[in-house]
Amino acid sequence: MNSYAQKRGFLATLWDYLTTVDHKKIAILYLVAGGFFFVLGGIEALLIRVQLAVPNNDFMSADMFNQVMTMHGTTMIFLAAMPLLFALMNAVLPLQIGARDVAFPFINALGFWLFLFGGIFLNLSWFLGGAPDAGWTSYASLSLASEGKRIDFYTLGLQISGFGTLMAGINFIVTIINMRTTGMTYMRMPMFTWTTFVACSLILFAFPPLTISIFFLIFDRLFGAQFFNVDMGGNTIIWEHLFWIFGHPEVYILVLPAFGIFSEVISTFSRKRLFGYASMVFATVLIGFLGFMVWAHHMFTTGLGPIANAIFAVATMAIAVPTGIKIFNWLLTMWGGSIKLTTPMLYAVAFIPSFVIGGVTGIMNAASVADYQYHDTYFVVGHFHYVILGGVVFAVLAGLHFYWPKMFGTMLNETLGKITFWLFLIGFHLTFFVQHFLGLMGMPRRTFTFLEGQGLETGNYISSIGSVLMAVASVILVINIIITSVKNKKVGNDPWGDGRTLEWSISSPPPYYNFKQLPLVRSIDAYWHEKMEGRKEMPPAEPLGDIHMPNPSFIPFMISFGLFIAAFGAMYRPDYSWGLPVLIGGLVITFGSMLVRSLKDDLGTYIKKEELDDDKGVKA
Amino acid sequence: MKRFTRWRLSLLLVIMAFILSGCGEPYLSSLRPAGEVAKKQFHLMLLSTAIMVLVILVVTTLFVIVLIRFRRKDDRIPEQVEGSHKLEVIWTVIPIILILILALPTVKATLALGNMSGMEDEDAVVVNVRASLYWWEFEYPNEGIVTSQELVVPTDEKIFFNLTASDVKHSFWVPALGGTLDTNTDNVNTFWLQIDSDAAEEAGNLFYGKCAELCGPSHALMDSKVRAVSRDEYDRWIKGMKAAKEPQKPETALAKKGEEIFNEKGCISCHAVTSANSTIEAARIGPNLTDFGERAYVVGILQNNKEELKKWLKNPESVKPANKMTGTYEELTEEELDALAEYLLSLKVTE
Amino acid sequence: MQIQEKMTFETWPAVPEKETLEGRNKFLGFWLFLGGETVLFATLFATYLALKDKVPGPDHPLAQDLYSMPLVFVMTMLLLTSSLTSVYAIYHMKNFNFKKMRFWFIITVLLGLGFLGCEIYEFNHYVHDYNHTFSSSAFGSAFYTLVGFHGAHVIFGLCWITALVVRNWRRGLSLYNAPKFYVASLYWHFIDVVWVFIFSVVYLMGMVG
Repeated sequence: MNSYAQKRGFLATLWDYLTTVDHKKIAILYLVAGGFFFVLGGIEALLIRVQLAVPNNDFMSADMFNQVMTMHGTTMIFLAAMPLLFALMNAVLPLQIGARDVAFPFINALGFWLFLFGGIFLNLSWFLGGAPDAGWTSYASLSLASEGKRIDFYTLGLQISGFGTLMAGINFIVTIINMRTTGMTYMRMPMFTWTTFVACSLILFAFPPLTISIFFLIFDRLFGAQFFNVDMGGNTIIWEHLFWIFGHPEVYILVLPAFGIFSEVISTFSRKRLFGYASMVFATVLIGFLGFMVWAHHMFTTGLGPIANAIFAVATMAIAVPTGIKIFNWLLTMWGGSIKLTTPMLYAVAFIPSFVIGGVTGIMNAASVADYQYHDTYFVVGHFHYVILGGVVFAVLAGLHFYWPKMFGTMLNETLGKITFWLFLIGFHLTFFVQHFLGLMGMPRRTFTFLEGQGLETGNYISSIGSVLMAVASVILVINIIITSVKNKKVGNDPWGDGRTLEWSISSPPPYYNFKQLPLVRSIDAYWHEKMEGRKEMPPAEPLGDIHMPNPSFIPFMISFGLFIAAFGAMYRPDYSWGLPVLIGGLVITFGSMLVRSLKDDLGTYIKKEELDDDKGVKA
Repeated sequence: MKRFTRWRLSLLLVIMAFILSGCGEPYLSSLRPAGEVAKKQFHLMLLSTAIMVLVILVVTTLFVIVLIRFRRKDDRIPEQVEGSHKLEVIWTVIPIILILILALPTVKATLALGNMSGMEDEDAVVVNVRASLYWWEFEYPNEGIVTSQELVVPTDEKIFFNLTASDVKHSFWVPALGGTLDTNTDNVNTFWLQIDSDAAEEAGNLFYGKCAELCGPSHALMDSKVRAVSRDEYDRWIKGMKAAKEPQKPETALAKKGEEIFNEKGCISCHAVTSANSTIEAARIGPNLTDFGERAYVVGILQNNKEELKKWLKNPESVKPANKMTGTYEELTEEELDALAEYLLSLKVTE
Repeated sequence: MQIQEKMTFETWPAVPEKETLEGRNKFLGFWLFLGGETVLFATLFATYLALKDKVPGPDHPLAQDLYSMPLVFVMTMLLLTSSLTSVYAIYHMKNFNFKKMRFWFIITVLLGLGFLGCEIYEFNHYVHDYNHTFSSSAFGSAFYTLVGFHGAHVIFGLCWITALVVRNWRRGLSLYNAPKFYVASLYWHFIDVVWVFIFSVVYLMGMVG
């Protein structure tokens, strides 16, 4: 086991990551893969803004634009935002609750590999006849009319990665319920843990409708079903309902963990405990609950009738209340605090006004009658980018800078970090603020071009300039990461100096068993509490003993790989005779791997007490 | 205090109306409402924006104070405040009140716009809108006529709409007149619009419509037009349309040649040049061209003159990618294009 | 308590499936998974109800024309009984009686196979005698997807229980495999509950009209 710490060759490292079930390594995998897709989606965004910089532009064909626009949305939501949040959850959450690992290390790995293979499958469409082109919502009539295999890449790819998300969600819920250390009561859990808990519960209930609606589309397109074929009795509105029953909670799945990250950052760098912790928890749960009641506000113009529209309008507005509670709680956390504007804190601070703008335009959208004018225009594009960028991406960037030392043991350069922040912030507002007005002035969204002389030129040009600033910011971030990694200057347990929660009480990065002895939690902000009492370490909750750890496994990779193969078979089955055998072969790999997993005993290994004593680099 | 709040709110409304109304073109912008529906929506926009700006101001003020006053100056440890029930109640109750202020007019307006009474009247102006890949058909069931691309309606009257789509989902949106409503493939959606004559005049009697639901490559170019005219002019147009039961006889030799080409090359199999709505919808494959010469635009986006028309006929793909006309006829020579354009531009019903 | 420890009747705990942390995790995680599955089936039910009897023409069979009580009754009885036998199996597991548990699980599997046979017969009947297929109408797609999803769950459940029984044929019970048996039987109950809903929503409501 000590060989773990030794330097090893590239192949051995690769094999280590392919088979790892350690949440900290899976976090790194999520980070790398999510970061890659984030860059990909960012490039697609830039292409969109280049095309729309001037009227009647012919930089891209209309067909190409629809592919790029669809892939931008799909990639950013499913393959960038969620995995990046999972990266942070994996990296921090078990540490925050004082656990040695997640509840299901195997399933944790499986979740990642499913996501990755789904994402790769989706993006292979670029090389195999074109990418999906019906928007990330893929409304049924258009997605059925789309020719070639484009939409099939969307459905099959998202299905595979969707399974992964569902598993990751269940895993975190069980981890939070069952794996908390002694004294870590629910109402002492860090806010990020709470928001993750609620977000994962949303995943559990929101992803199955997506799974089913995607199955319908797969069946319709590839297996001759008639769910959305109006001539055969089908109904396309079903897709809209199911998609948004998933789609609206998805927004909260993304933004709740973001709220959690900001809560941690704001509290840490204000040196104050979170103001109104109990009401924050309550607001989080309430948002999660209300999130399921409002999906039809995405369908105000579908023709559900005035009564339904009125009900969903009022229900939607209600979400403003818990969200408002959160905003004021954050402000009051800072009030009277000792605020240090580090890079993560800058993001957190900038998040507040940005997200408020996104939130209030959301309320404007909720006013159903007015929404008839906003629906499917650039107003909506502006609104949800304020929420997703101003909320989620800011949170990921804040979390990345904040937890980088905990994940890698090094600090990202603060100067470069601040330059990134300012460029990103200015670029963000420049790009998206003006889009609200473009929408109101009559520009529908998802248009590959706009005509001259309709008053839309200036706004679009400004928007395009802003996107370039964000791109530059991202490049500087990458440079920062490279420089930091090359310098490789290690830091201690609590590099920010103001750490409040358990993760800062152990080394950076933590040993693979996290805690030599599980810590005893005696208060909210447990580590801060001990620091204030004059202690440097957490009191242990158990005597030093053997530690049970799970075995690494290659099976998650194989299960996911089987589905990846099967997806190709399903897709080409109607056209080629080899399709069916490949489909079956892929499923055999998947279910065979599951069978092996089920039949082969996996009892894990024990790290002996003596080994722990030898490990001098590690302190509990 | 109460008066002060109200005063502040109304001042905000005035300022915003001033700023917003400067935005966009009168024929396209939802910020320049030209009818009752758009005005209702605009007022709701103003109200919601006012409330929201208020919220933003409060948050930003607090935010700025916090950032100025509470920066770290020394190594002191601030007091660890747990919370404050009083404050929490305040910022729960105030948003609820604000939301109620917005919710009530929202519900009222939603129900008002959903009220379709009067649609069944015999003399009601009813239009069946049918959206197809990248063009719009407007059928007047009470008059028994069909036109395309350019809707002609009277001002200062309620106009009732039935909306459907024939291939994929589209959405019918004329921002200056009112918000969008989807044209579904599954069912018929209904709504109404009303156009003020003054506003119509300001917009040159022609409003621009857009497709607001992604429908394919040329989604961006799937524009419609609404010609809003006085009741008299509308009646004249209806009369002219109704009279066009037979194809019009072209007058010039060139136009005659154009008609021959129109019939021989198969244009006629998709495009009707008579106005009656007697053929079934599925057979109305392309836009009806009965009053083509009087329309302001070709295919919704090009100025309707000979040059632009020829450009379209010569290579439709270059104008509207993935349209359904490309490749359905042999390439036309320059002379044929001339004749065809001459013929099409001669199709008029009110002269 | 160590997971590999050799157990006896005396040392066997009262709640063996929740004795270890792994067992507790599995227990909770599986319940959550079933929560997700419930939403999944709810979605299928909603779609079925929306598309019920939605056919392109008058020559397509409707729900009333298709379903027949006797067959569905037999299927329901088979599945309900199999649920009961899996309860017996778990009862014996808790009493550390491996052989009896094994026996009742085998009975469960056999009953499940009987159910599956009936379902295959039923589908075959609809396809060949009524021309009611997966592609013939939206109603057909919704019907076969809902009932077929359930059928696929039955197949998976059967394979799972069989694999567990075969794997542990000679090994007897341990704290390592007790949660596995327990969770598999939980899954089987869930399948049974879903069937009760299918029976009421699809068949009973379909026959009433």
